[in-house]
Amino acid sequence: MNDDPILAARGLTLSFGVIPALLNVDMELYLGEILAIVGESGSGKTTLLNVLSGLLRPQSGTVTYRDPDGVTHDVHGMPAPMLRTLQRSDWGFVHQDPRRSLRMNVSAGGNVGERLMAQGARHYGDIRAQALDWLEQVEIDADRIDDLPRTFSGGMLQRLQIARTLVTHPRLVFMDEPTGGLDVSVQARLLDLIRSLVARLGVAVVLVTHDIAVARLLGHRIAVMQRGRIVETGLTDQVLDDPRHPYTQLLVSSVLQA
Amino acid sequence: MKGYNFAYLDEQTKRMIRRALLKAVAIPGHQVPFGSREMPLPYGWGTGGIQVTASVLGRNDTLKVIDQGADDTTNAVSIRHFFARTSGVRTTTHTAEATVIQTRHRIPEEMLLENQIIVYQVPQPEPLYRLEPSRVETKRMHALSDYGLMHVKLYEDIARLGQISISYDYPVMVNDRYLMSPSPIPAFDNPKMNMMPALQLFGAGREKRIYAIPPWTDVRSLDFDDHPFRPINAHQACGLCGAIDSYKDEVITDDRGGRMFVCSDTDHCERRRGAA
Repeated sequence: MNDDPILAARGLTLSFGVIPALLNVDMELYLGEILAIVGESGSGKTTLLNVLSGLLRPQSGTVTYRDPDGVTHDVHGMPAPMLRTLQRSDWGFVHQDPRRSLRMNVSAGGNVGERLMAQGARHYGDIRAQALDWLEQVEIDADRIDDLPRTFSGGMLQRLQIARTLVTHPRLVFMDEPTGGLDVSVQARLLDLIRSLVARLGVAVVLVTHDIAVARLLGHRIAVMQRGRIVETGLTDQVLDDPRHPYTQLLVSSVLQA
Repeated sequence: MKGYNFAYLDEQTKRMIRRALLKAVAIPGHQVPFGSREMPLPYGWGTGGIQVTASVLGRNDTLKVIDQGADDTTNAVSIRHFFARTSGVRTTTHTAEATVIQTRHRIPEEMLLENQIIVYQVPQPEPLYRLEPSRVETKRMHALSDYGLMHVKLYEDIARLGQISISYDYPVMVNDRYLMSPSPIPAFDNPKMNMMPALQLFGAGREKRIYAIPPWTDVRSLDFDDHPFRPINAHQACGLCGAIDSYKDEVITDDRGGRMFVCSDTDHCERRRGAA
C-alpha cells in the first residue's frame, strides 16, 4: 500500500485564453520524497503547483491524494470543507513571499500557533510551548516570540513561514521558490534547514524553483517543464548530469559556474 | 397613529423580515441578509432592532426598551415612545411584564422566560470584522467553520497583556457551529445567553443582517483551557441598592472627582430598593 503515490496527476491541461499553461501533465509523488520542478519563467511551474494544491481547477485531468488511511481522494472533486481541512492540516504551502501567508500584524508565536488553533488546540500553554519549540527548530531566538514579523529580516520571515507550515506535521508540502529573493549565504542556510527538517519529518515535497542548484541540493527527483509540458523527468543527478532533452541540456549548460 | 401602518412598517416589509427571522432561527448564529429599510432615525441608533421589533410585535404584546440597561435614557425613551405612538401596544419598564424587550448593550439582570423575546440592536454583526477585512473571505470562513483566526486574536491578547482583553462584544460559539457577535453587551452578560429560555433576535440595520438564537441553545464564550472565560464587573457594590452581583456603571456625580457605582439595569435596581 505504501508503494502507491501520495499525490498523482493525470493528463492535467489548463490554458489561460490562447496561452497553454499546462499540456497533458502527468506526475507522481511518493511519501518522503522531494520532487523538484524546474523550468524558466512562464513554463507553467507555479500553475502546476496551484492545480496540484487545489487552488486552481484544471480544464481536464485529475489530481488524486492518498490520505493516511490509504483512501484516495480526487482533489478537485472533494467538497470544499474537506479541501480546506486538508490545506490547513495534512498539507502545507510555502510561498516565495512569506508576507503572503504570514499575518504581519500578529506576533511570531501567534503565526506559528494559528494552524494548531485552527485544528482545535485550546490550551494556551501547549500552543506557546510548541511555538517556542518550532522557533528553535528554525533557528529564531526564543525571545522574539512576541515580536511582530515586520521587525524580522527576509530570511527570518521565510524561516518563520516554514515553522508555521510544519507545526501541524503535514504529510505534503508545496513550496514555490522558497529561497527566491534571499542572498546567497542566507539561501544556503535555509536550504540546509529545509533539507534536514524534511528528512526528519518524512514529508513529501513538491518544490518549484528556477534555480538548478536548489533542485540539485534538495530534489530526489526532478521534472523539467517547458511551455506547459514536462519534457524530461527522472532522478535529479541522472537528469542534471546526463540531460537528454535539448531544453534540459540548455538549462544545465546555462548555469554559471562559481 | 393616522396614516401609518401598525408598528410603522408596511406588512410586506414585515413579512420579508419575518422570513429572514425564520431562517435565522433555523440556523442559530448564522447571519441572514435582509432588505433593511430607511427608518426615521439614523443608522447606529437602533434601526436594525426597531425593524425586528416592528415585525414581531402584535397588538397584545407589552414592550420594554432599554439602552445600556436603563429605561430612562434618550434612546430607550424615544424608541418606546415611537412604538407607543405607531402601534399603540402597552409599554412597560418592568422586565417580568414585557413580552418583547428591545435592548442596546445589555441583557436584563432578571432571568428571561419562554414567553419573552429579546431583540438586540447590532452595529457590526461580523465577529471576524476586525481580523479579516474581506466579507467574501469571512463568509467562506463561516461556511467552513474555519475559526482559528479568532483564537489567534485571543492568543495575542494573552501573550501581550496576560489576559483576554475583550470586555464587550465578546465572541461566542452558537450551537457548536457558528461564531457570533453577541452585539456590544458586556462580557458579563455572555453567560446569560447560554440556554436562555427566551428567543433572542439580532438586527443590524446598516449592515442589513439578521441572526438569532432559539430558546435553550448552547452558547459558549471562546476561551482557552488554561485561560478560561471570566466575566468582568466592577468590584464595588451598587451605591443605590447595594447589589454586588449585578453589572455596574460608574457615574460621575460632581466636578470634584465624586463618583459612584450603580446598577446599569435601572428596573432591577428600583425593584431591589422597593423591596428593601
